[in-house]
Amino acid sequence: MSEPETHYLNDGWTLRSWLLTTDHKRIAWMYFATITAFFFIGGLAALLVRLELLTPAGDMVDSDTYNKLFSAHGIVMVWFFLVPSIPATMGNFLLPLMLGARDLAFPKLNLLSWYIFTLGGLFTMTAVIAGGVDTGWTFYTPYSTLFSNSAVVLAASGVFVVGFSSILTGLNFIVTTHKMRAPGLTWMRLPLFCWANYATSLIMVLATPVLSMALLLIVLERALGIGIFDPELGGDPLLFQHLFWFYSHPAVYIMILPGMGVVSEIITCFARRPIFGYTGMVISIMAIALFGFIVWGHHMFVAGQSLYAGILFSFFTFLVAVPSAIKTLNWTATLYGGRIRFTAPMIYALSFLGLFTIGGLTGVILASLAVDIHLHDTYFVTAHFHYIMVGGMVTAYLGGLHFWWPKITGKLYSGPWSIVAALALFIGFNLTFFPQFLLGFLGMPRRYHAYPEEFQLLHVMSTLGAGVLAVGYLLPMVYFGWSLWRGKPAGDNPWDATGLEWRTTSPPPKHNFVDTPTVTGRPYDYV
Amino acid sequence: MADQYLDTVEKGLALHPAQASTSAAQVDALFWVLVAVCAALVLTLVGLVIWFSVRYRAGSDRPRPGGIPDKLGHRIELGGAAGLTIAFIALFAWAGSLYLYLYRDPGGDLLTINVIAKQWMWKLQHPNGAREINTLHVPTGQRVRLRITSQDVIHSLYIPAFRLKRDAVPRLYTTAWFEATEPGEYHLFCAEYCGTDHSRMRGKVVVMTPQDYADWAQENGEGESPARAGERLFTAYGCSGCHRGDGTVRAPRLDGIAGRPVVLASGGTVIADGAYLRDSILLPQKHVVAGYEPVMPSYQGQIGEDEILQIVTYLQSLSPGDWITESGG
Repeated sequence: MSEPETHYLNDGWTLRSWLLTTDHKRIAWMYFATITAFFFIGGLAALLVRLELLTPAGDMVDSDTYNKLFSAHGIVMVWFFLVPSIPATMGNFLLPLMLGARDLAFPKLNLLSWYIFTLGGLFTMTAVIAGGVDTGWTFYTPYSTLFSNSAVVLAASGVFVVGFSSILTGLNFIVTTHKMRAPGLTWMRLPLFCWANYATSLIMVLATPVLSMALLLIVLERALGIGIFDPELGGDPLLFQHLFWFYSHPAVYIMILPGMGVVSEIITCFARRPIFGYTGMVISIMAIALFGFIVWGHHMFVAGQSLYAGILFSFFTFLVAVPSAIKTLNWTATLYGGRIRFTAPMIYALSFLGLFTIGGLTGVILASLAVDIHLHDTYFVTAHFHYIMVGGMVTAYLGGLHFWWPKITGKLYSGPWSIVAALALFIGFNLTFFPQFLLGFLGMPRRYHAYPEEFQLLHVMSTLGAGVLAVGYLLPMVYFGWSLWRGKPAGDNPWDATGLEWRTTSPPPKHNFVDTPTVTGRPYDYV
Repeated sequence: MADQYLDTVEKGLALHPAQASTSAAQVDALFWVLVAVCAALVLTLVGLVIWFSVRYRAGSDRPRPGGIPDKLGHRIELGGAAGLTIAFIALFAWAGSLYLYLYRDPGGDLLTINVIAKQWMWKLQHPNGAREINTLHVPTGQRVRLRITSQDVIHSLYIPAFRLKRDAVPRLYTTAWFEATEPGEYHLFCAEYCGTDHSRMRGKVVVMTPQDYADWAQENGEGESPARAGERLFTAYGCSGCHRGDGTVRAPRLDGIAGRPVVLASGGTVIADGAYLRDSILLPQKHVVAGYEPVMPSYQGQIGEDEILQIVTYLQSLSPGDWITESGG
């Protein structure tokens, strides 16, 4: 097998040909580079947090530093890694390819999204350098507006700016999916990856403005003393929580739906089976996106909101678990009667299935009102959302990266080493976060710099697990680097997968396809 | 005498949190049923994945079934969705009804302890006037109500052994109740991130037998009860001049107002809860009562959070007509 002579990567080598490109594939690479940097910054903060928690006394860093570390970890990981992770990289690269299009609908807007993203990142990094921010990623008022002595305005401005990048990417994806599908590619023939990114884009466009507004109000109150959240000025501190979670709960689905899309592609390919219940999967994706908007109050069961609001939010939260459960059922049923190959992408996908299920079901435990009174704001919650965000989304992100790496780069990578990395992630993840469920049930609160002695053993286990997890993150950097340098050519379709992206060369040409492809059947035409 | 409880403090690696209130066992029963249901679902899923993975691995030459027919597939999906929905609604109903019981104030004349959170300590005051910081003494076998607020940022009062947590929100007066069962010492945590020393905003709950508690309260109960102090402050700050007796042409009477609807000059109606009473002291222009001129001055900056809470406690202790009866009219 050999590489095509001209492709998007060798079409110009200058810095200018990258920084001013409107090619969605190159912009995807720019996102890869930026979010990988942010991932390691956020990861470093997490590592320091875990090291501090080895001992019950707060003895490695002081309390203010600790508070800034977990805040930086949350802010960077949520807005600068998880939200853009799959959409901005693989979504950007693959959506036009999967639709049979030459590019996204608005290529220049796509480039602008990256610049806005990077600008927001610079704001936030400046905030970190200028002494850090200590509000946690949630910016709760009135702490953030009146009491914190840290760089709140800078950090909030960074998140405000980066929101526009999300909105523009979402807009671009929605228009592209509506208007640029290849001949014959009807809605019910779309790969689930496209559906997942489409639903994610809808949430980005509808929810992000509310976050932007809430952050703007924080800046106004902090800088100008306008009483919105501050009770001394007649404001309402709980109003902020409503506004914040009106975005941030749907944002949880921004941070998981694309992962579901990736996993659907991988499982079908390596089980050699069409997806079980395609229609059910599409309905589930859209139902999750819709229901995601009416459950925000489950973050406030003990915050002083009305008792009956709590009851309603709990009810809807139970219901939103049903479509997610249907999806796990369908992925499992897809394996039935297949010819399953255990490549690295498949191991990531199966890890996702197990970890996401645990994350989702512990969400049901937290939705149970009386139990949440005990578990709210403890490590049980920390463990729960890391099972979704890391066990789910980061695992899917790595799975997708391993699945499409040959398409993106035209190169193969080490099979055995990638399997080692995938297993290290699964084992390290569980060692790190399972003990945190126990800690939470025992009553260990979140965001504690120092803690009572009886929690130490479980904290030590968690920190040791994080060491294994780090191997799972670092190893791919090594063999992917090697693959770029010395990897064997991958050929157009090394996994023998269906989907339009595999019908072009690896790496694809600048305009994706020589001839516009046509689609004549349903996706996942395996067997 | 309180020292006898010191050696029962939680120590060593626990695998189950202590149960020291009537609600702890109720919450745990629900928790373990939820864990069992979730574990059964996870194990079923993992079992199927492993079974299919071995049976249908690429290397096995076992004959492959032609896939699940569409009709059966739809039945599996719909059946799964329906089954889960029913199970979830049952669990929701259990959790929701227990929440209503635990979260709603039971009403009545309970032993009510005022709690004011601030960066980074808990200030508590018992009905007989006894004050303490970061330690809460309570008797067994009796329902205790906590009336909680904050004087700065949001905090959250958390007593794991009681499975009890309630946010302390500035301006709001939230209430929580419990009935302790096991004498001993238990953790008291702040569960809502509140700044630098959040993790040191910890204390302990000392649960005592009723006799020991009575002795403790006797020894430490100096000064007035919060309601009595509130009554004194009500006069000292000049509130009674307008709100009581002959002055009430300029301002509404306040005996029995707490918890009742108030018609406002703006046309709306609000319930006179703790937050309303507090607002009326600090931000009197926010809710002007119908039929009165907005003439009341603000007490912002002149009155402490604990004093406001005492006045609120006093107003909430009054019934309609109390002032008429006591003045003999």
